[in-house]
Amino acid sequence: MPELLQFLLSGITVGAVYALVALGFTIIYNASDVVNFAQGEFVMLGGMITFFAHAAGLPLPLAALIAIIVTAGIGVALNKLAIEPARGAPVVSLIIITIGASIFIRGATQLVFDKQIHRFPAFSGDQPILIGGATILPQSLWVIAGALAVFVCLWLFFTRTLIGRAVLATANNRVAAQLVGINTNYVMTLSFAMSAAIGALAGVLVTPITLTSYDVGLALALKGFAAAMLGGMGNPKGALVGGLLLGILEAMTAGYISSQYKDAAAFVVILAVLFAMPQGLFGRKSTDRV
Amino acid sequence: MRLSSKATTLLILAAVIAIAPVFFPSSYYFRVGSLIFVNGLAVTGLVILIGYAGQISLGHAGFAGIGAYACALAPVHLGLHPALAAVLGALLSAAIAFLVGRPILRLKGYYLAVASLGFGILVSMVLSNEAQLTGGPDGMAVPELGLRAVLKAIGIDLSNTEFWYAFSGLVLVIGAWLALNLYHSPTGRALRALHGSEVAARTVGVDVAHYKLVAFVISAVYASVSGSLLALQNKFITPDVAGFMHSIEMVTMAVLGGAGSVLGAILGAAILTTLPQVLTVFQQYEQLMLGLVMMLVMIFMRAGLLPSIARRIRGRAE
Amino acid sequence: MSLLQIEGLGIDFGGLRAVHDVGFSLKPGEIVSVIGPNGAGKTTLFNMISGVYAPARGRVVLDGEDVTRIPPHLLARRGLSRTFQNLQIFQSMSVLENAVAGHHLHERGSVFADLFSLPAARRRSKASEDSARTLLDRVGLGRAAEQEAGSLSYGALKRLEIARALALKPRVLLLDEPAAGCNAVETEEIDHLIAKVAAEGVSILLVEHDMKMVMRISNHIVVLDHGEKIAEGEPAAISRNPRVIEAYLGAQATEVQNADG
Repeated sequence: MPELLQFLLSGITVGAVYALVALGFTIIYNASDVVNFAQGEFVMLGGMITFFAHAAGLPLPLAALIAIIVTAGIGVALNKLAIEPARGAPVVSLIIITIGASIFIRGATQLVFDKQIHRFPAFSGDQPILIGGATILPQSLWVIAGALAVFVCLWLFFTRTLIGRAVLATANNRVAAQLVGINTNYVMTLSFAMSAAIGALAGVLVTPITLTSYDVGLALALKGFAAAMLGGMGNPKGALVGGLLLGILEAMTAGYISSQYKDAAAFVVILAVLFAMPQGLFGRKSTDRV
Repeated sequence: MRLSSKATTLLILAAVIAIAPVFFPSSYYFRVGSLIFVNGLAVTGLVILIGYAGQISLGHAGFAGIGAYACALAPVHLGLHPALAAVLGALLSAAIAFLVGRPILRLKGYYLAVASLGFGILVSMVLSNEAQLTGGPDGMAVPELGLRAVLKAIGIDLSNTEFWYAFSGLVLVIGAWLALNLYHSPTGRALRALHGSEVAARTVGVDVAHYKLVAFVISAVYASVSGSLLALQNKFITPDVAGFMHSIEMVTMAVLGGAGSVLGAILGAAILTTLPQVLTVFQQYEQLMLGLVMMLVMIFMRAGLLPSIARRIRGRAE
Repeated sequence: MSLLQIEGLGIDFGGLRAVHDVGFSLKPGEIVSVIGPNGAGKTTLFNMISGVYAPARGRVVLDGEDVTRIPPHLLARRGLSRTFQNLQIFQSMSVLENAVAGHHLHERGSVFADLFSLPAARRRSKASEDSARTLLDRVGLGRAAEQEAGSLSYGALKRLEIARALALKPRVLLLDEPAAGCNAVETEEIDHLIAKVAAEGVSILLVEHDMKMVMRISNHIVVLDHGEKIAEGEPAAISRNPRVIEAYLGAQATEVQNADG
């Protein structure tokens, strides 16, 4: 039993990170119908910039804040320089563009910083907390709390604020949103900034546990993408649940079957979900109009 | 008489392959050339899948991996000749593509992308993890094809790099010929029709699921043969051949040159294969440049390099 | 004996009754028009008959065989073909290739023959190309054959869709607004074309907004309003039917009547 609990706890920790990446995917997907494969690079940037700012002598909270702001700026630049000019391009082109952006950011990071693996100290020490025979790192609690906080903030933003509703309106129907006076370009910019900031936050939170280096982004993007799909593309609740499920699933596979195949298990289940219900757990069914 | 576009394409391709060696200052260029042809072959397969049928796959390196490891494993464990091993790999790839493609191709757009990506990752994971069989991430040796010795016996003496340049060039021309035949055939029309409008294709009687599968299986065989050629000429293979990055490179090559045209896609393969070779001096800039090229071409030349340039020239002529 | 019989067909979208309990039939060589105000469910009805949507209720019977919920490509084999209200042209193909693509069922064969361009494959391609050229001539697009389909005018694309649908050699042809976007001369050409095709024994189901054309060529008219059949009959009877007039003129007519009463 403690063993199961242990796997569950570590699964939820990893799953919270996937959920954050998936939420980032969801925001951009809703605003622009683009699946941003560079989403994982935001997480990497959050960790890397925080480390180097901290190493340069800044206090950790300030370093983290700078990392989040800079990453949000990079997200906006990505939108302005690569996504907006390519509006209306076919899905294949958009996939290539965002994968290109991902490779570009990775290459730039490796040039600006380095190719080493880095870590900065955990926020509340490294003393594991005992829960029912299993242990959890205080930093894991930070990660889980972070994911929940982001989810709640997003929910409030989308349901309670005017601009949040404008984003949702744009997601539903871009032309109609423009007609009622919503500045859809601004909505896109905002979405990329938010999405990048959330990614960077995930990087800040998780780096003390998983460490970071210039090339961790791609794997995170794939898992976050998978989580978003599992939950149903474009659905924030789906992103949260999909991320947590995927994390738990991986941890269980690693614990009970084979740690080598933990990534495989995730993809096998995702394939199964896609075949059984191609719209994901919370996705809407759509009818093609002819 | 006006040459058909098929004949023109094949002539250009064959002429470039035959004449280029005149300008090669060293054997190193033969090596780069044969790499271009090997990649070009896989990308020609993707032209059928992406350009004709409009379906994406981010997992085709998985089939290249199957083809490559078939050449490494079948001679050792089944006692097959490497050439037969490549055929076995192609058959195996076709069978797996048939089984996997059936459910995967019901999906569209990003869903299809992630499903195919998942498939590719599974293959590369098996290749890395089953170390007793595949040597794991360190890779394994591949036996000699032996064709060069046969050629030498009948009086054609080629160096190793020259042989692989000529041989993979020949396979590429055959691959391009088949793809161009397909384009102008009833099957090719059905594929392009479902690309243009699935619902209209259905109403003229095209069994859309069947034809998507046909394109998927054919492109898988191309990728497999490409993987086999790579393994045989390197005489060594690692799981990277099946990796995600290789899948992405393949799709990028296809789309970069213009996924609708065989010649364009091969040009894309040539550019992306040469780029890292040129940039070895600035190795740390390689990823930066690759990412930049991918973005710029897709933003400013949506149809891909060759069709965009062709359109511009035609536009000026009119 | 009717060739196509529709019985109690219905479908809902998100709880809303888009089409409800619609039924009528077509004899060989007959031209039946479905008319009704915008949003009456005409195209939805077409989509159900042609297998694009799966109806929730009712049956479609083709030549005595229940073909309800059979996918479009199998309906095509049974001789049912259609055009689309919002064009579904194969944009990146030439005009000729679009028409050739309509011959799919007649030209399909072994993939190997196609890959290796064997004589059998070339024969099949040649036969469908010849037939396609004849069809293009028939719809007045013979001279545009080599052009990219995307470069044609809206009216020309409508005719290209008809040529593509005729390539199947259908027994039942569904035409969704074939004259939309066409000028008077083109409309008359399409008019003649439809009459000629029907005279060859093909049953034609037509959705069209050009009432003059509908009244001229239809043998029988079915009127839909809010997804339900409100009237059917011969053109002359339909044009006098008060319910039809009310459906078309809507509240305005009702108000006039009320004011009178």
